[in-house]
Amino acid sequence: MIHVIDYGIGNLRSAEKALQATGAAVALCAEPSDLGGASGVVLPGVGSFGRCAAALESGGWREPITAVIDAGIPFLGICVGFQLLYEDSEESPGARGLGILSGRVRRLAGDVKLPQIQWNRLEIEQASTLFDPAVEQWMYFVHSFAPPVSERTTATCTYGGTVAASVEADNVLGVQFHPEKSGRQGLELLGRFAERAGAL
Amino acid sequence: MQVTRVIPCLDVTGGRVVKGIKFVDLFDAGDPVELAARYAEQGADEITFLDITASSDERDTMLDVVARAADQVFVPLTVGGGVRSVEDARRLLRAGAEKIGINSAAVADPSLIARVSDEFGAQCVVVAIDARRHGDRWEVVTHGGRTRTSLDAVTWAHEAARLGAGELLVTSMDRDGTRDGYDHLLNRAISDSVAVPLIASGGVGTLQDLVDGVVLGGADAVLAASIFHLGEHTVGEAKAYMADHGLTVRPA
Repeated sequence: MIHVIDYGIGNLRSAEKALQATGAAVALCAEPSDLGGASGVVLPGVGSFGRCAAALESGGWREPITAVIDAGIPFLGICVGFQLLYEDSEESPGARGLGILSGRVRRLAGDVKLPQIQWNRLEIEQASTLFDPAVEQWMYFVHSFAPPVSERTTATCTYGGTVAASVEADNVLGVQFHPEKSGRQGLELLGRFAERAGAL
Repeated sequence: MQVTRVIPCLDVTGGRVVKGIKFVDLFDAGDPVELAARYAEQGADEITFLDITASSDERDTMLDVVARAADQVFVPLTVGGGVRSVEDARRLLRAGAEKIGINSAAVADPSLIARVSDEFGAQCVVVAIDARRHGDRWEVVTHGGRTRTSLDAVTWAHEAARLGAGELLVTSMDRDGTRDGYDHLLNRAISDSVAVPLIASGGVGTLQDLVDGVVLGGADAVLAASIFHLGEHTVGEAKAYMADHGLTVRPA
């Protein structure tokens, strides 16, 4: 069973419905104490980094999330949920991320319109759980900030400069784009996560 | 990389898709959820639903359409028409909309743009601007073109972006339904001077019109209705044509 963390940041319907469409067993989880029962966890996020970080803090999610990650349970952060895996963000100085991955989330560089609101082609940087390397991958992005590119980055896209599109560090996965809004390829990605989480 | 989006637009009233010329002479074009699913399968990058009655008794019909679409169509959904408050926006987002289109209500009270943007983020605020040409300027019109405002469209576009619009959906009321192509001068006047993405709308009759919207008008996304509803072209054909003419699109 995949738990989608419901921490009061708005619409989670599309993430839940998209996971269901892959055939996965999925439930919204509004109680931090229930998180331990999941075989996979999804952390969505919309709006600002600071607002999402504050919601995690006030809802008492920080420790339960760290616990499921330490226990090796597959964990997927989406959009701001991906950014929250890092230490902090230029968008919201003073707000604390989960700090599971090191580095700071920064504003996209280059002479381009922000936010990036478009589909973009991924450059696959290394083998990972989420992508079929044989197929060109296009995903839907809506963001002005992104985590740093690192040796854990599994895919990037080009927008102004090179943008980190996804990360995989053991059981910790994150995607800057919205797989739940990325059509068939997005559903396939969520299906691969669900498979790894044993939820299919 | 700039990737042009192709957005089929579904004008909805009474739970059905309709299409007319200059917002009148409507004909029935099908079930909105069925059409949205078909276009997504063909490679549509987003779907826009426009509630063209937006009378209060039909509000729930639209919410139901959005919710049913969101359950089976996994591309971004924009919903506009009759959004007058933060609460209206919240209901649509909860039903599964990705973005909210605001039009007449924002002209009447520009602070609505800032309030929706502050509450949900600029990325989900699409300010729709309907404009009609007068000499070498364009006047904003509202209520489906029935009401003049004396607002200059380019000035209003700036103001909307400043207040927190994440995108602008610019419709030429002179071209809408005519199949003569977008008003490229209008789009260019706005896209050259406003920093947020522009969706061109109103007047597409051929696939070349879509290409011209980007090349001549400077649009970041192209919206069309009749050419898809009438079965003249699939979204996939539109994207193939655009790619053949030098634009970058997501392959269908």
